[in-house]
Amino acid sequence: MKLAYWMYAGPAHIGTLRVASSFRNVHAIMHAPLGDDYFNVMRSTSERERDFTPVTASVVDRHVLARGSQEKVINNISRKDEEQHPDLIVPTPTCTSSISQEDLQNFVDRASLSSESDVIPADVNYHRVNELQAADRTLEQITRFHLDRARKRSTLDRSVTNGPSANIIGIFTPGFHNQHDCRELKRLPGESGIAVNQVIPEGGSPKHLKDLPRAWFNTVPYREVGLMTATFSEKEYGMPYISITPMGISNTADFIAQIGKLVNVWASALSEKRLNYKLYVDNQTKFVSQAAWFSKSIDCQNLAGKEAVIFGDATHAASITKILVKEMGIRVSCSGTYCKHDAERFNEQVQGLCDEVIVTEDHTEVGDTIARIEPSAIFGTQMERHIGKRIDIPCGVISSPVHIQNFPLGYRPFPGYEGTNQIADPIYNSFNLGMEDHSLDVFGGHDTKEVSTKSLSTDRRDIDWTPEAESEPNRIPGFARGRAKKNTEVFAKQNNIPEITIDVTYAAKEKSSS
Amino acid sequence: ISTPLQGNTFTKTLEIPTFECETGNYHTFCPISCVAWLYQKIEDSSFLVVGTKTRGYFLQNALGVMIFAEPRYAMAESEEGDISAQLNDQKELERICLRIRSDRNPSVIIWIGTCTTEIIKMDLEGIAPKLEKQLGIPIVVARANGLDHAFTQGEDTASAAMTHRCPEYNHRTTDQHRGDVAKDERGKSGRCNLVLFGSLPSSVASQLNLESRRQSVSVSGWLPSQKYTELPALGEGVYVCGVNPFLSRTATTPMRRRKCQLIGAPFPIGPDGTRAWIEKICSVFDVKPDGLEERENQMWKNLSDYLEVITGKSVFFMGDNLLEISLARFLIRCGMVVYEVGIPYMDRRYQAAELLLLQHTCEKMKKPTPRIVEKPDNYSQVQRMHELQPDLAITGMAHANPLEARDIDTKWSVEFTFAQIHGSVNARDALELVTRPLRRRSDSILGCRSLSRQTVDV
Repeated sequence: MKLAYWMYAGPAHIGTLRVASSFRNVHAIMHAPLGDDYFNVMRSTSERERDFTPVTASVVDRHVLARGSQEKVINNISRKDEEQHPDLIVPTPTCTSSISQEDLQNFVDRASLSSESDVIPADVNYHRVNELQAADRTLEQITRFHLDRARKRSTLDRSVTNGPSANIIGIFTPGFHNQHDCRELKRLPGESGIAVNQVIPEGGSPKHLKDLPRAWFNTVPYREVGLMTATFSEKEYGMPYISITPMGISNTADFIAQIGKLVNVWASALSEKRLNYKLYVDNQTKFVSQAAWFSKSIDCQNLAGKEAVIFGDATHAASITKILVKEMGIRVSCSGTYCKHDAERFNEQVQGLCDEVIVTEDHTEVGDTIARIEPSAIFGTQMERHIGKRIDIPCGVISSPVHIQNFPLGYRPFPGYEGTNQIADPIYNSFNLGMEDHSLDVFGGHDTKEVSTKSLSTDRRDIDWTPEAESEPNRIPGFARGRAKKNTEVFAKQNNIPEITIDVTYAAKEKSSS
Repeated sequence: ISTPLQGNTFTKTLEIPTFECETGNYHTFCPISCVAWLYQKIEDSSFLVVGTKTRGYFLQNALGVMIFAEPRYAMAESEEGDISAQLNDQKELERICLRIRSDRNPSVIIWIGTCTTEIIKMDLEGIAPKLEKQLGIPIVVARANGLDHAFTQGEDTASAAMTHRCPEYNHRTTDQHRGDVAKDERGKSGRCNLVLFGSLPSSVASQLNLESRRQSVSVSGWLPSQKYTELPALGEGVYVCGVNPFLSRTATTPMRRRKCQLIGAPFPIGPDGTRAWIEKICSVFDVKPDGLEERENQMWKNLSDYLEVITGKSVFFMGDNLLEISLARFLIRCGMVVYEVGIPYMDRRYQAAELLLLQHTCEKMKKPTPRIVEKPDNYSQVQRMHELQPDLAITGMAHANPLEARDIDTKWSVEFTFAQIHGSVNARDALELVTRPLRRRSDSILGCRSLSRQTVDV
């Protein structure tokens, strides 16, 4: 057993439900006790969804526990089939069904005999995978099912589209800024002359999945969901894929370069003109994206060397780290992710960009790290935003888990050239707000508070400060005060000084600036 | 629960409403959500929810910002080793409870059993006394799981479990006949032993205390109390009365296990409910209620602006928190037409007085008796709603936005469990909630009735 208060990634079935309900005309039936259909609330509130979430529960109660589900799941499947005629029904196991070891596959086999809809039970192990891994797997499962069946029935169209085209894999509900990202991700290849064949799962239809291989290649914008589908398509249907997240100027350029490479291979085969994207990238970077100019401008100069801590899912945390370090000249003291299953690749991505890397699912570890580092700004999830609030450090939210305010109505993509603009704003604003606050402190605005050390951990002070020495840190601007106090205490400890006098504070300062 | 008490103002000849029972395919909160308000109510408590990630994820999302306020609750998250019994439950719980003791030093740790602990048959009730002795902290076990319960019934299981921890009530004249003692105590004002059960914010609890003190009946304690260490004494000669309709287990436990007497009354929701509630209590203690009618009329007068908004409007309860019968009764008295009262579970004995008052109210207001649907089926309900086109649907968040998009005004039902709606004073707050969607709506934007693209109904 594990003592826990908060989790970054949800349980497995949430991932399956997210993928299933992103498709059009797909219905998920959870095998779960009353109250576990909380996903419907999340989707309906956070995405302000106007349609009923296509998820129902086949309720597990005492009777089910005693006698097994028997006809219940089957009846629920047939009922949904008759009521709403979905193309596909996805019976979804939860922790409850995995513990009670019900044979969902058996129900499914029997139900598919009578139902018009296809029925695929989600194949996820509750204890082994989390929300994101389960989503990845479910998407692959659904795609594989439809492609393989089409192949068997010889309805699979193996011819590629006339012009170059791409699939976008991994946009789903309720993902962080996914709706906006999708628009931008369609635009990006569109402007470089590439049509979008299909977007899955969001808005996709199972009926059309068989046409997936008609695209020239796949793109997987997020690390977390879609990679399994892409690798499967590559292996079975020979479709190449691009797994670079086009987030930030250099990543976007890399992304487009990859597109160019893939398309031009075909172009020479079809003896067509080779496409050159260099001009496009150049123009976009310089003039459509304001980010390149912004990082040259005086504003960004002020950010040079400022410290930040980053935490989030693997995709966003790695991309934002790269943007901060390489494109804005900010020092990233620590970059981290809760995607433990993708730790190796994350380490590789942020290698050399930050002082330390943290891979954990424990929010207190993240909190303590932030408190220890005391960065000027944090970029993280809603949890980091609250950590920041408690220790007075501004935070920009860059990744799930998020609240309803992170589902903005306005256009806020993260990828592509518009994305670079949208990312630069909150980054600059976070630091800027911090600066404003501190200027107020410096000029004695409303600085009547007692000095507080910014710390989340409960380490008690075992060093005494003389009154004069105590007042010394008050002369230091607020944003540097906690750091100065701590440095002094560390200095005193190292030199076995039991009491901090004013001389000690100066000595410590000298030491730290030397 | 028998109500052999005199002074019942309603004759039992009234026709009992018809009950229906559907498939139980409805949306509600998991009963472990009770920790959200119970940890705030019982200040020196610490809650430990024993279960899988699914439960933790629900709490984290349902409680929203509360989770960031360093709440006094935590998850003991079962891992694969716990499920397959590779790990020893007692040792695991001991380790976690020791952590909680050193971090928070609570007066009580309340273990919330979930579906997981039920399915793997973890013997929480057996382990608790052993660990309690070892830790020196009381451990109360409440099985609030979605296999047996819905939403607010979680509080019911927790309160029922706490009933066993209430100190014994010592009445000095044990040799005397029980009835005599009661009579004795009724004779002296303020000597009645009345314990109210149900978790209410302390301000609302004191309002109800005041309400009954006005009639010279003093409340001797509340279950749960503000602090675990202040649980009320229970025993022979103590009368108990519920303030919430979902507390049937808590009602039976003091009766059967502690020899208390239960006062079966309507619930103090709305001025009508509050009056009926206090009248029933008075009748038990042989107190002649004083000035109740004037007080109720005054309250209704204060509500006139809200009544104007809702009189004649229709409402549909989808049902998810068991407050439905009382709210429906109150709203009918306010002049609304209630089409359907969905309810997760209907205890006809515990709610008998409330059901009678509902009947009585329908007759008085000349309104049809609503159909009461136990274990509703949300899909069928939405179909019915499309036919009935109610002015207001009281429903969970899962359906609220989709219904709004189809031009049916909605009120989120969960708000009624968190808002202060008990007692005459708070009737205004309750109506504030009910009227909000009706007040904000003037004309639809762009003149379009429906903002949904879906062609299929659900």
